[in-house]
Amino acid sequence: MSALLAIDMPYWLQTILRVLGGTVAVLLPAGTIVYVFLFKMMSFMQSRLGPMEAGPYGSLQLFAEVGKWLQKEDLYPDRADKFIFKIAPIVVLTSTFLLVAVVPFGPDAWFTNFEAGVFYALAVSSVSVLGILIAGWASANKYSLLGGLRAAGQLIAYELPMVLAVIGVVIQAGSMNFQEIVMAQNAGEIFGWNGIGNPYILTQMVGFIIFMIAVQAELTQTPFDMPIAESELVSGYMTEYSGFRFLMFFIGEFATAGVFSLIAAALFLGGWGIPFAWFGWDSMDSIDNWMNIVGPLIMFTKMMVLSGIIMWVRFSYPRFREDQLQKFAWKVLIPVSLLNIMATAILKVAF
Amino acid sequence: MTMLGDRQQLAYIASQAADARVNVELETEGMTLNIGPQHPATHGTLRIICRLDGEQVVWAEPSCGYMHRGYEKLTEVRTFPQVTALVNRIDWLGSFANEVPFILAAEKLMGIEAPPRAQVIRTILFELSRIANVGLFLGDLGVQLGAVTPVFLAFRDREYVLNLIESATGGRFHPNFDRIGGLKDDLPAGWIEETRAVMKKLQGFCDQMEDLLFGNEIFLARTKGIGIIPRDVAMQYGLSGANLRASGIDHDLRRDTSLPMAWNKADWKVWTHTDGDAFARCWVRLQETRESCKIVEQLLDVIPSGPIMTKVPKIIKVPEGEAWVATENPLGEMGYYVVSKGDLGPFRVKIRSASFNNMSVTPWLLKGVYVPDVITILASLYFILGDLDR
Amino acid sequence: MPKVPGLIKGLGVTLSTMLRTAKEGSHTIQYPHVKEAPPIRARGVIALHEGNCTSCMLCARSCPDWCIFIEGHKELAPPRRAGGAPRKVNKLDRFDIDYALCMYCGICVEVCPFDALFWSPEYEYSEPKIADLLHDKRKLGEWMETVPEAPELDAGADKKGKK
Repeated sequence: MSALLAIDMPYWLQTILRVLGGTVAVLLPAGTIVYVFLFKMMSFMQSRLGPMEAGPYGSLQLFAEVGKWLQKEDLYPDRADKFIFKIAPIVVLTSTFLLVAVVPFGPDAWFTNFEAGVFYALAVSSVSVLGILIAGWASANKYSLLGGLRAAGQLIAYELPMVLAVIGVVIQAGSMNFQEIVMAQNAGEIFGWNGIGNPYILTQMVGFIIFMIAVQAELTQTPFDMPIAESELVSGYMTEYSGFRFLMFFIGEFATAGVFSLIAAALFLGGWGIPFAWFGWDSMDSIDNWMNIVGPLIMFTKMMVLSGIIMWVRFSYPRFREDQLQKFAWKVLIPVSLLNIMATAILKVAF
Repeated sequence: MTMLGDRQQLAYIASQAADARVNVELETEGMTLNIGPQHPATHGTLRIICRLDGEQVVWAEPSCGYMHRGYEKLTEVRTFPQVTALVNRIDWLGSFANEVPFILAAEKLMGIEAPPRAQVIRTILFELSRIANVGLFLGDLGVQLGAVTPVFLAFRDREYVLNLIESATGGRFHPNFDRIGGLKDDLPAGWIEETRAVMKKLQGFCDQMEDLLFGNEIFLARTKGIGIIPRDVAMQYGLSGANLRASGIDHDLRRDTSLPMAWNKADWKVWTHTDGDAFARCWVRLQETRESCKIVEQLLDVIPSGPIMTKVPKIIKVPEGEAWVATENPLGEMGYYVVSKGDLGPFRVKIRSASFNNMSVTPWLLKGVYVPDVITILASLYFILGDLDR
Repeated sequence: MPKVPGLIKGLGVTLSTMLRTAKEGSHTIQYPHVKEAPPIRARGVIALHEGNCTSCMLCARSCPDWCIFIEGHKELAPPRRAGGAPRKVNKLDRFDIDYALCMYCGICVEVCPFDALFWSPEYEYSEPKIADLLHDKRKLGEWMETVPEAPELDAGADKKGKK
């Protein structure tokens, strides 16, 4: 690899850089999503301006909010299982950090690059279920318990279509490594024309739609926000949390939205790459070093587009009922994604 | 009656089965969930005690009275002009409509009638408060079902109506504009043109709601077939307003009674729906908002000129007697039974508010539904806590 | 024309609202910086024209929640004509309205036979302490400056009967 990071720096410096990069890669999208979409886009959709006082156009509102949450007392219910109650938000946030570890941002700008990256990402994403379930249980609150159980049922139901949707991509790329999937998309060609590479959103449109629906459900965003369901369950599994622990759930929610958008961008939209034919690159080694700077920016742009769609849907739709959601997952999404896998496999063999 | 029997039987079997499972097989307990008194779905302080088996309600009962303010008793120690200021606060979203039946009852006892101009203006303000009330319902419905945007659009467009009410009466929420024998003041200049423009906007708002909410497949899935109230049950429990019309009963006091109001001067339609489910109730309300806009638009053309007050003494003493007047308020039938002993204030007032009777159907209706449907049903029955507890 | 699915229409409504807000501005206003003028008739605060008040107590008695407190005494004023008997006039000692209790019904303004009370649309008089909401006659007199002219009535109104 003609790497900027890999050769010029000692191992410990690389490690520190990557840890810092991981923190930035989680917190920066979360903050941007909250400000741009939750504060501003939602307000504009509702004929209002949103926060305007803290900083220019309210851009520092998030810091004010964080400050407010940090000041609040760390309450827990009297009959709560205190240890579990306290670690639940940490578990949720940890799964987000684990998830971002495999996302590539450039030819060398990755945190870890191992062969079964897709497999790992899908496995780790379900850790948050555990956190949500124990949060619901430990709160000693009936609403929280209902919310936690709903979350468990829902996240498990939507894990499957998500995996099945990704399998199409894996079959087409012939690899489970994120870098190779990105490579395959950017170096690919459509019927001999390589002007835009071959982003898998074109060939895996069905898979992409199913993946985005499953992401929406995994993130418990409307129309799949029954675990939180503020009009039914007050705030679901988050009801009893306050202060810093609520903040962790909050960051977890929006950081996960960002990370899932990054994964979707890497799997379906060509990731950090630009079509390699433009610069005559043909393999990983021939890519110029400046892609390590431009790559993250490209990823960030794609992430913003995808999470914008997630949020747009969130602000427009009412929510499903729990049984309707399960029906939708098992009777529609899973059969369709299985058919998609079948079609992909047949076409892969045929071409 | 067949459906009532079937449903009750099924719910009974379900509860028995749940208990059997609780006691014998799994040794799990049913759960009692208190929806309220402080809960986002009850928009006020209503408590609904639900006995759950998993997410299914096997038994439910509303517990009202957390917001009881004793209006019936309070009216006994107030004079007649003071009572209108109080009854404003019963259904606080459509407050002008609360004054009208009381004033009409007092006028009936005194044997006077408001002049024609006052009648028309009264009717216009009555319909405006209906639009303000039901318009907010359409947005609130979205929030109850999880959509955040509709309620903001509803607040935005309700603001126009409230501005109109305020510029005519001086009060946004509590106009206190109705007087025995007429109205407090005449309309300010330019109000009629303003109202016309707002009514166009409100029609646009109804279209927007239809696109955003009523056409949405998720919304349909959540409301169609949920909380069906058959025709005979609706009659038995004394439902009124849109809840009754959604069950297919063509009953509207605005058309069916001959009060000294101006509804008969406009050409409008009473909407009914045959399904009786949550969607039908919401749909009927949407159509009613449109119909109200039409009534207001037509009545603006026919406001006669003339005085707005008949001759009434400065100190009002209502002669001895009893009178009952009910009108079709935004929430349903609202009536006042006024007993006067010839004093400055009423001797006894019985207030029949729509929400209280509408709420009475919930124990029957909530049996065997899921927790999310409890919220849908409560939202679609549409009660205001002030109206429920008085 | 095929029917557009409601899901797409819903997205369209939110998107068009967003674009309209971005283009034409929001329907909300930034309150402390921009202030909306309330309508002329808005019942914001009650102003007292002290010279007109005869402390007849009509307003205090007709108030539904008894939030008006009036005290007065009689004084002898010099006679109008030379040689006449001195007149008795009511002198107002105290005229307080407790805005913590007031429910803004407007009955006091209406019953006042001498035009001493007026509605002003002013609304910014909230206080950190509830006791400060008791406005005495000096403060009520200051509100007189903010009382607007009564609005012009609609063309169809019977203007003769109005004062």
